[in-house]
Amino acid sequence: MEQKSFKAWLYLLPAILFLGVFLVYPLVDVLIYSFEEGYHSASQTYFGVGGYNYAYVLHDPYFLQAVKNTFILVIITVPVSTGLALLLSVGLSSIKPLRNLYQTVYFLPYVTNTLAVGLVFMILFKPTPYSDGLVNLLIQWFGGESVDFIEGPYWAKMFVLCLYTVWVVMPFKVLILTSALASVNPDYSAAARIDGTSRARIFRKITLPMISPMLFYLIITGFIGAFKAYSDAVALFGTNLNAAEMNTIVGYIYDMLYGAGGGYPSYAAAAAIILFAIVLTITCINLLISRKSVHRG
Amino acid sequence: MKLTLDHLTKTFPNHNKKLPPVVAVNDFCFEIPDGELIGLLGPSGCGKSTTLNLICGLLAPTSGRIFFGEDDVTDLPPENRGVGLVFQNYALYPHLTVRQNILFPLENLKGKEKLTKAQMNEKAEAIARLVQIDGLMDRKPSALSGGQQQRVAIARALVKMPRVLLLDEPLSNLDARLRLQTREEIRRIQRETGITTVFVTHDQDEAMSISDRIVVMKDGVVQQIGKPQEVYDDPVNLFVAQFLGTPPIHVFHGEVQGERLLIGGAEVLPVPGAPDGKVTVGVRPEGFLPAADGALACRLSRVEVMGRDVSIVCSHPDCENDAIRAIVSSNLTLDTAAAEVRFALRPKKVHLFDPASGARIPFAD
Repeated sequence: MEQKSFKAWLYLLPAILFLGVFLVYPLVDVLIYSFEEGYHSASQTYFGVGGYNYAYVLHDPYFLQAVKNTFILVIITVPVSTGLALLLSVGLSSIKPLRNLYQTVYFLPYVTNTLAVGLVFMILFKPTPYSDGLVNLLIQWFGGESVDFIEGPYWAKMFVLCLYTVWVVMPFKVLILTSALASVNPDYSAAARIDGTSRARIFRKITLPMISPMLFYLIITGFIGAFKAYSDAVALFGTNLNAAEMNTIVGYIYDMLYGAGGGYPSYAAAAAIILFAIVLTITCINLLISRKSVHRG
Repeated sequence: MKLTLDHLTKTFPNHNKKLPPVVAVNDFCFEIPDGELIGLLGPSGCGKSTTLNLICGLLAPTSGRIFFGEDDVTDLPPENRGVGLVFQNYALYPHLTVRQNILFPLENLKGKEKLTKAQMNEKAEAIARLVQIDGLMDRKPSALSGGQQQRVAIARALVKMPRVLLLDEPLSNLDARLRLQTREEIRRIQRETGITTVFVTHDQDEAMSISDRIVVMKDGVVQQIGKPQEVYDDPVNLFVAQFLGTPPIHVFHGEVQGERLLIGGAEVLPVPGAPDGKVTVGVRPEGFLPAADGALACRLSRVEVMGRDVSIVCSHPDCENDAIRAIVSSNLTLDTAAAEVRFALRPKKVHLFDPASGARIPFAD
């Protein structure tokens, strides 16, 4: 028995080593930083230990703005992208002609660079001296007022950010869900059809439960991914996100870390720990729900 | 419910577009009397599963009509046909309990047929008692044995009291002991419900033992339809004769001369009415009678004692089979050390076939 567990540890060693060095140690380190007041990374000095960093971050209007933005982003994009991906996957698996073409088209954003996509969105939404952007042209064509989506009202900027996020995360979800749908034995739906089941009921009662593990996987990773959003906002609104009111929690952490004069690593650490706590809580809630409602095996 | 298949044909386009389409079922005509159990029998790829899918509506025929009673159901989707189908892999919904699985078809009923919760439960309980799974209602399919899953699948197919019950290779996923038991079970359930039932199998034992009638198919074409014993005793061609019976029929190259059958030059049987010429001779294992003066001389390999009877394993140069297995009564005394064993043949167990077409050549026995 002991021999066996020794072997097991030996096999696990590489993974444990990597996780320890690159995940557990930094996590613990960040936790320590977050309680050290006024830590300076160049001189490696700090004034004292306490909860001051947290108090500062939680009272920082920029941080509160970032939290608000992140939560709006999460609450809108996770359900919308998952639902839309489910719809697209069901559509993709029920058509025969051109299926491969469509699958490729839907997968393209996944292999496209974030900033390149940002550029495309600029063309769609950003007003220039010559035009108001493609979307505004459409709005005008339908008789609406032009909206500045990049530097205009908050809701317009949030709309573009959400749209962008949904568009970027969609391909992966479509990919996972189409393969999940393909792995459901067609005999189940054939059996249900023979028993007089409507298509909607087959989907609700049979297909959906069978792909539910994958669906929950996507929801959980979707939540985590959306909470970590940053590059999308930068691609659309540039690096001065605080000024654009479009900062995210990760953006705030980044700004704090690399801000003017060596930054404020202590505040960044505190914000990171707060983000960690939020994601952990949400993921635990997700797992609890999924344990109750997901069919396994 | 009488089930009529009228010139039913199904072709599939060939993968290679230049080749002609594949004919899976070719001009299938059959009227299945109400309440009978029909075994569709044939080797893999003979079109029996396609036939089943045509009856239940998962496939549409290329031509021909299907009638349930007097209703033409050819153009009806499966959900409106009133059929129950038991899949080869049972296709029990793994996330639902046995009870939920059985209730599933009932919950689909709409309009006039709609049932209350209590009525549904009552029906589910009744059908569960019929197939003897009433103690397992709250288990998930994964917690059941293969035989129990099979019963649940039958219960789910039967609970709506379909007009026709279809079973696709119902026993192929069960072990040998369970297979024997389950086929009796299927027979009993079918008798008790009186539902016209068609089941597909490649196992002739299965088909022979429980069917009222068997349909032997080959390459999409129906070879013979009849009561199991009739088809066994009176096959229309060499394929049917070879497909039915274990051990299989033995095939010899022979010749008819002046109404006498010759195998290897020896005159083995008078065959009045058979025309002269080369023939393929089929002899059932029970058609060999060991006799000191028998005309058919075979080289004896060994004797296998099986209790009830004895199997004499021997060989003959004009036999297509590597080994001849003659099944004889164990009362017979036999010199097992002899190099040769001689047989007389039972005329009723000998069939003559045309060597080219395989069609049966009748003779008066």
